[in-house]
Amino acid sequence: MAGASSALQSKREIGKATRDAFGRALEALGGDYPDVVVVDADVSNSTRTEWFGQKYPDRFFNIGIAESNLVGIAGGLASCGKTPVIASFAAFILCNAYDQLRMAVAYPKLNVKVVGSHAGISIGEDGASQMGIEDVGLACSLPGFVVVVTADEASTKAATKAILDYEGPVYLRTGRPDVPKVYTGDSAPFTIGKANVLRDGKDVTIIAYGLMVASALDAADELSGQGIEARVLDMHTIKPLDREAVLAAARETGAIVVAEEHLAHGGLGSAVAMAVSEGQPVPIRYVNLDDSFGESGSPEALLEKYGLTASKVVEAAQAAVSAKKG
Amino acid sequence: MPANLDELKQRAKAIRIDILKSTTEAGSGHPSSSMSAAEVVTALYFGGFMNYDPKQPRWPDRDRFILSKGHAAPVLYAAMAEAGYFPKDQLMTLRKLGSPLEGHPNMNRLPGIEASTGSLGQGLSIGVGHALAARVDGKSYRTYVMTGDGELGQGQIWEAAASAGKYKLDNLTCIVDRNHFQQTGAAEDVLNMDPIDGKFAAFGWHTQVINGNDMGEVVTALERARGVKGQPTCIVSLTHKGQGMLKLLEKLGDPNFHGKPMKAKDLDAAIAEVEAGA
Repeated sequence: MAGASSALQSKREIGKATRDAFGRALEALGGDYPDVVVVDADVSNSTRTEWFGQKYPDRFFNIGIAESNLVGIAGGLASCGKTPVIASFAAFILCNAYDQLRMAVAYPKLNVKVVGSHAGISIGEDGASQMGIEDVGLACSLPGFVVVVTADEASTKAATKAILDYEGPVYLRTGRPDVPKVYTGDSAPFTIGKANVLRDGKDVTIIAYGLMVASALDAADELSGQGIEARVLDMHTIKPLDREAVLAAARETGAIVVAEEHLAHGGLGSAVAMAVSEGQPVPIRYVNLDDSFGESGSPEALLEKYGLTASKVVEAAQAAVSAKKG
Repeated sequence: MPANLDELKQRAKAIRIDILKSTTEAGSGHPSSSMSAAEVVTALYFGGFMNYDPKQPRWPDRDRFILSKGHAAPVLYAAMAEAGYFPKDQLMTLRKLGSPLEGHPNMNRLPGIEASTGSLGQGLSIGVGHALAARVDGKSYRTYVMTGDGELGQGQIWEAAASAGKYKLDNLTCIVDRNHFQQTGAAEDVLNMDPIDGKFAAFGWHTQVINGNDMGEVVTALERARGVKGQPTCIVSLTHKGQGMLKLLEKLGDPNFHGKPMKAKDLDAAIAEVEAGA
């Protein structure tokens, strides 16, 4: 049964990891964006900024394993008119350098693109210390930041261009494993702050980002077999939230599921609940990491253990639909 | 342009008096932390070391000054007012609601401020960013960063020092305002960072140790820093916290005088001591 497994076991065609798609896109855009300067904290072969670095060595600096300095340098470069792109693991760049993101980027509202790779538990065997599970909430708590998490290869490529075109601080989360293609072909619609409706339905809306979008689509297939028609939103921009799409979902489908590879606290679930409770109260159910760290294991096994699967999304949708009937 | 030492000394006095008046008017702030740095800041802005245009604060070729010890904002504001970035009477709006002269520097509120600081340890990294941008853009501007001595407890300072050494940023100068005190006591008692010059030297920096309250030594050190090639320069500027009113601080029994303004009743005595100073 397709719905029982994680996105990584989806029957959909598997595409590149979002970190790879980001790295290729950045490399490809380097020529058209001469102000882009990439600064690395010695993980460029993980975050994939190395490909830009190989092509544009004069605009690439590896400053060593020092995320605080990384972010501060980016602030300085941005205030001189550069467009710094800085990447490290999500856990390190957000958690190690949070004060620097606050003071050297967010407070002066500088044009820095912060990329956190290896987000979520789907990195697998390296375990909890390497897993950014709070990064979206932390990034959303930086005033003025745009927060983006892409679902697949094509949308990451589109998002990379969009965040370079946008003037202001952005956090982009990418992931380690190869993930299913949500968008067929080489391109995907991507407008910052505008959710993509991937499937329409009248009974419930599943709102997701990252690899949970594929699980949301798998869940919607299964729900359809049960007579429940689910709308699926790829909420690739967590901040600013597409309130209009969220409230339309609440109004038109009457029940919502939020699925994310993130802690419950401070993630998309919180943002959706805030919008819905104020604008159009309807039942909401959540699929996320609740309040726990990950651990070592295969990505597939971890997603199963922590309930980030299509079947959990199905259960949550059933519960949300029952709650509205009650 | 050779700097006229007497003129610079007079400017430093005027800046100290503005620091005292503005913080007393504000009813809070860090005058003693500001006064220790008066010679260096005065020399940078008025000794011919920085090219800047108050009418075009974002001029891309300007030299930069980043005050990493952001609590010393009053010394920077006083110098900027003297330089013509804003009218001098605006100094008396320090820390008041709506004033661009916030308690700690805010680059988005006050044109001419190069970095929003106040969380210690961050300014040197930002300065490295400016220096790298100059390199990428092929520009010849210089970046000056001032840190405190207590601030050197922040690990980020040493991350920045190592990276500046790696890239041989000879367009970057870090001045450590070594005023010997931090919030709760003597810097060497709280966390001894000596030898400061030795630490920077170990990261590949050219270093100098000077009497930072001696205008002649400050000017000479900045001239020397400008001539260093292939290395960033660190000037360890030995100063006194509250320089200019040390006798009064002794009388008040508080040589550190951290984070508080002079009381209105003592302000005249403080100003008189500054005016009588060498």
